[in-house]
Amino acid sequence: MDDMYRDYILDHYKNPRNSGPLEGATHTYHDSNPLCGDELTMQLRISDGHVDDVRFIGKGCAISQASASILTEEVKGKTLDEVKAIDRDHVLANLGIPISPARVKCALLGLKALKGAAWGLTAWPGEEVKAK
Amino acid sequence: MAVTTRAESRLDVARIRADFPVLSQTVRGKPLVYLDNAATSQKPRQVIEAMSRVFEEHNANIHRGVYEFSERTTAVFEEARAKVAGLINAPSEREVIFVRNATEGVNLVAYAWGRDNLKRGDRIVTTVLEHHSDFVPWQQLAMEVGAEVAVVDIDDDGRLRRDQLSAELRKGVKLLAITHTSNGLGTVNPVKEIAAEAHAAGATVLVDAAQAVPHTPVDVQDLGADFLVFSGHKMLAPPGSGGVWGRTALLENMRPFLYGGDMISRVTISLTEWNELPWKFEAGTSSYVDAIGLGAAVDYLQEVGLARIHEHELGLVSYVLPRLQDIPGVTVYGPKTLEDRVGVVSFNIEGIHPHDVATIFDREGVCVRAGHHCNQPLMTRLGVPATTRASFYLYNTTEECDALVGAVHAAKKVFGV
Repeated sequence: MDDMYRDYILDHYKNPRNSGPLEGATHTYHDSNPLCGDELTMQLRISDGHVDDVRFIGKGCAISQASASILTEEVKGKTLDEVKAIDRDHVLANLGIPISPARVKCALLGLKALKGAAWGLTAWPGEEVKAK
Repeated sequence: MAVTTRAESRLDVARIRADFPVLSQTVRGKPLVYLDNAATSQKPRQVIEAMSRVFEEHNANIHRGVYEFSERTTAVFEEARAKVAGLINAPSEREVIFVRNATEGVNLVAYAWGRDNLKRGDRIVTTVLEHHSDFVPWQQLAMEVGAEVAVVDIDDDGRLRRDQLSAELRKGVKLLAITHTSNGLGTVNPVKEIAAEAHAAGATVLVDAAQAVPHTPVDVQDLGADFLVFSGHKMLAPPGSGGVWGRTALLENMRPFLYGGDMISRVTISLTEWNELPWKFEAGTSSYVDAIGLGAAVDYLQEVGLARIHEHELGLVSYVLPRLQDIPGVTVYGPKTLEDRVGVVSFNIEGIHPHDVATIFDREGVCVRAGHHCNQPLMTRLGVPATTRASFYLYNTTEECDALVGAVHAAKKVFGV
């Protein structure tokens, strides 16, 4: 049994939950890992300070896509403040697999896009060039 | 499927491997299978010891002291330059400039030659096969001075489109910046013919030989290049060593790249005169121990013989290529024949991202590169975000090729594809 590519990780990769464009999205953020070509857009529909619905559009490695898929399941119904409070340690723990240093960026791409969307960013601070 | 290598290797690989301490290491209990030589090579004891000898026996700064240790270190350093000059058949060792790597070499030419010789409207012709190190410096310089960059495409086998290249050269060209050997696909360009054609069109020719000098005989006079750059770390030498070769007439007329110590002959409050070649281009205390390591690496490579190394690597390609292509879902990019190529094999497995491939390979002890290989325009041309790349060197074996093929099956099993 592979310690990193566990069945549930591969399942989320092959059958991503909440995948595809979100109708009526109020918050959208796109991010990428240029190093490996992972692409991820996170979309939220917020009403009354709650995540009414969330979907993501992505392509890339199993770790980045499964991590995003797992994250969308978790945040549905949460308040915006709760979403903003999710941190990297939580995401890595929630993935439940050992992530080697070189793959941490893959595992956290979904979180980065989610945070960008939740905070209503058009570009991540320090990476403004992306907004052009 | 019965495949035999093109030629039985004439290298004593077991003896060669014994010179490389790192190759006897294990990864999670499995023998290390190091197939990332296009990224960097491993180092033989002879290189490690040559460098240790400097530190342990006579270390002192070069070109400065008038005491014995400085003179000894300077002598070994300059011997290394002569060895490099011999390796690439430079007409004079004064034409060999030590730099940290090929990237610094291209930047040296871009700054010290390019800024004075490229003007608004001038054309730079280059190729989609270039490593970023031979693309970004020209792209940025072109933006700065208002020059134009034309990028020549490849065909579906990863071979340069010669018709397109000729057409671009005919439109007028000031500089041709071309890779000798593609780090992404292993394609070897016919640089000699191309350089002659480019010269006839009035171009100065820079050759990126970072993937060539380590693996094949390279003769700058035969190639007819004007500048040629390479990295030491890809040819058994330490990171921090590398070289630029340039024609004396060009180098003499160039301004320095970096200013400071060692590159001057006379400094007054109001003006400075430059040192002679090659030191005009070697400002500050250089990585002289790395350069000395490079000298030892050149000795090692020449003793084994670069033509034999090339033949050995092609033998590995001929062994592994059909085995990879036989696996359902595997796509190999680049040349499918042994003609004009080196031991670089780029591929993808359908349904598995290259980073996942490389992670699973790592559990099998197999080290490969997964990513864009500092070749994003090439990845775009291939229509993929990344590839998995295995690249061979003189110490690799057919058993390691088998491990690579086994790792592909392991990855497919994990992903159920």
